[in-house]
Amino acid sequence: MSILITGDTTCIIQGITGREAVSMTRECLDYGTKIVGGVTPGRGGREIHGVPVFDTVEQVCKRERVDASVISVPPAFTRDAAFEAIENGIKLLVIVTENIPRFEVAQMVELANLRGARIIGPNCLGILSPGEAKIGGLGGRAVDAKKAFTKGRVGVMSRSGGMTTEICNTLTAAGLGQSTACSIGGDAIIGSSYAELMPLYEADPETEAIAIYSEPGGRMEADLARWVTENKSRLPVVAFMAGRFMDAMPGMRFGHAGTIVEGKADTTAEKIERMRAAGIGVAERIEDIPALVKEKLGRK
Amino acid sequence: MRFYEYESKLLLARHGVALPKGSKLAKTAEEARQIAATIDGPTVLKSQVLSGGRMKAGGVLFANTPEEAAAAAEKILVLEINGHKPRGVLVESRQPVAQEYYLGITWDGIAKKPVMILSDMGGIDVEEVAEKHPEHIAKKHISTLIPFSEFRAKELVAQLATGTDVNAIVRFAAPLARIFMQYGLTLAEINPLAKLADGTFVALDAHVDMEAEARGAHKALLKEIGIGDEETRMARTPTKFELDGAAINAADHRGVAGNVTEFDGTLGLIIGAGGGSLTLFDAVRNHGGDPANYCEIGGNPSVGKVANLTKLILSKPGVTKIAVMMNVVSNTRVDMVARGVIKGVIESGGNPAEKIAIFRIPGSWEQEGFKILSKYGVEYCDRTVSMYEAAGRAVSKWKGN
Repeated sequence: MSILITGDTTCIIQGITGREAVSMTRECLDYGTKIVGGVTPGRGGREIHGVPVFDTVEQVCKRERVDASVISVPPAFTRDAAFEAIENGIKLLVIVTENIPRFEVAQMVELANLRGARIIGPNCLGILSPGEAKIGGLGGRAVDAKKAFTKGRVGVMSRSGGMTTEICNTLTAAGLGQSTACSIGGDAIIGSSYAELMPLYEADPETEAIAIYSEPGGRMEADLARWVTENKSRLPVVAFMAGRFMDAMPGMRFGHAGTIVEGKADTTAEKIERMRAAGIGVAERIEDIPALVKEKLGRK
Repeated sequence: MRFYEYESKLLLARHGVALPKGSKLAKTAEEARQIAATIDGPTVLKSQVLSGGRMKAGGVLFANTPEEAAAAAEKILVLEINGHKPRGVLVESRQPVAQEYYLGITWDGIAKKPVMILSDMGGIDVEEVAEKHPEHIAKKHISTLIPFSEFRAKELVAQLATGTDVNAIVRFAAPLARIFMQYGLTLAEINPLAKLADGTFVALDAHVDMEAEARGAHKALLKEIGIGDEETRMARTPTKFELDGAAINAADHRGVAGNVTEFDGTLGLIIGAGGGSLTLFDAVRNHGGDPANYCEIGGNPSVGKVANLTKLILSKPGVTKIAVMMNVVSNTRVDMVARGVIKGVIESGGNPAEKIAIFRIPGSWEQEGFKILSKYGVEYCDRTVSMYEAAGRAVSKWKGN
């Protein structure tokens, strides 16, 4: 199995006529994703790679069952697009857009929580369940995605889109496939953190271990450590922590919007300590992840 | 983007927050004397710098007369604090304080909502209070969808204050919450919020941070307060090298080749993307490498953009080699980056085979990219070589130089 998406998941792309969304549509279709429509106001009636384009989400939802939406619209229009998807009953939103003001992200997340919807992102590359479907740009072209991602038992979550692929590729090379890989986004506030996705992996019988990529900034890693401890998770977790050089550079932003050291809790040293205390294995290098995963799986 | 104290106070005052009497910025000792003369009684003079530790550095002085105020301002105006020159000196009335509170609003990334924080142990580091005296901290989250309403501020304040103090503090907490949400702030703090000996409350110090993404929406406010578009207010003033990097990125909308940060070393780095750059920078340092720069490429930048970034990095004095490395790419094209760095090296008058210590970017269009690299004799590696190992190869070549 997988989490969040399977081969049966139907999805739409909001902003489908944008340059990046057009190539993303091609990639996803080639990978086998069921794209039932696209939305760009004023472009209704067109087709993108055979996918019908509508003016509103409501128009697609009247015709089709829509499980998920990928939102790829400019930052100024993202909140409206997310509200539109949520208010039309779509339960899974993948927001690719970067540079959305934090207040607006919080509003989208608050509405999603009220309506029982889930947001992945913003500032993410999406979700990929190997052999099933991918929604978003994660993994790139189907031919490239198939090289890096293979079906298996490791759940992957990452604050970096590119590093999601790097880690999955490393796991694949070591003979470890993935159940679902999720690029969760690089902003300070994101729809779904590690701890919020853990229950889904926990409930997925095919996921047997978790690998995460983490960075300085925020409390997300500490929250994962808390979750793992409080819930006595059956899943061994291995983490890689990038940006250790930033501990000595407070106030500077590197990499992603959420990556900044403002207090002690933001530092990699503090995060690593908290994760280790919760039994999470911390890999010094990406290539150490597979061996740590195997070791933890073997010990079970 | 951090506001100076006087700017933060200008913003608060516009929303009805009570400040100490006077509270005006002086740019000269004479101006300070004039402001002090309008204040009946003792004054405090505070250096306006974007740095902590003002008190310790001698940037906060007290005066009893306008003449003393002028003398204090003279000292403060020439005092550099942690490398920052003051923007001016804030002159305010100084009154006896009965109790100090901390009042702040920031983002809770786990609850994903703004959180109001109040402590009756004001004036000191709130994180420390939270750790050592959690019973002296009150918190309340606020909705971003429901319009802010006073009762939330009352729920916060009633946890720690009693009697008429509750209503008095609410008159600070409510406007602070509204300001926080209206202007896209990431932090709004009044610390200390003082209860004076006469029972009234004033904001003694204030600190406001606006997120970069919100600047565009609040141009009118920034103009009114006097914050120019050119003021980046970053933790460190950008160097010329960094500004040149930003210009290269801005000149071409295709992809990213920028976010350059200058370091002291001589190993040039062309790395990406966001997470990959963090990972690779750590790896280079772990191997004993001394980077000349940090940067990020991604989103499939054009050949010209990569070439210009390459030329910039090679132009930095002492840079002997560059390492070109990324995680497995799916959007950025390997061949485009390969063309870009080779073009940049050649246009800098160098030999790609010698200048490029390693090229480790596997992924989309890699066959095309590797073909170009071998033509120029550049050492490259595919995905079977880890990012860490590639960084090691780069460092050993750089050391051998």
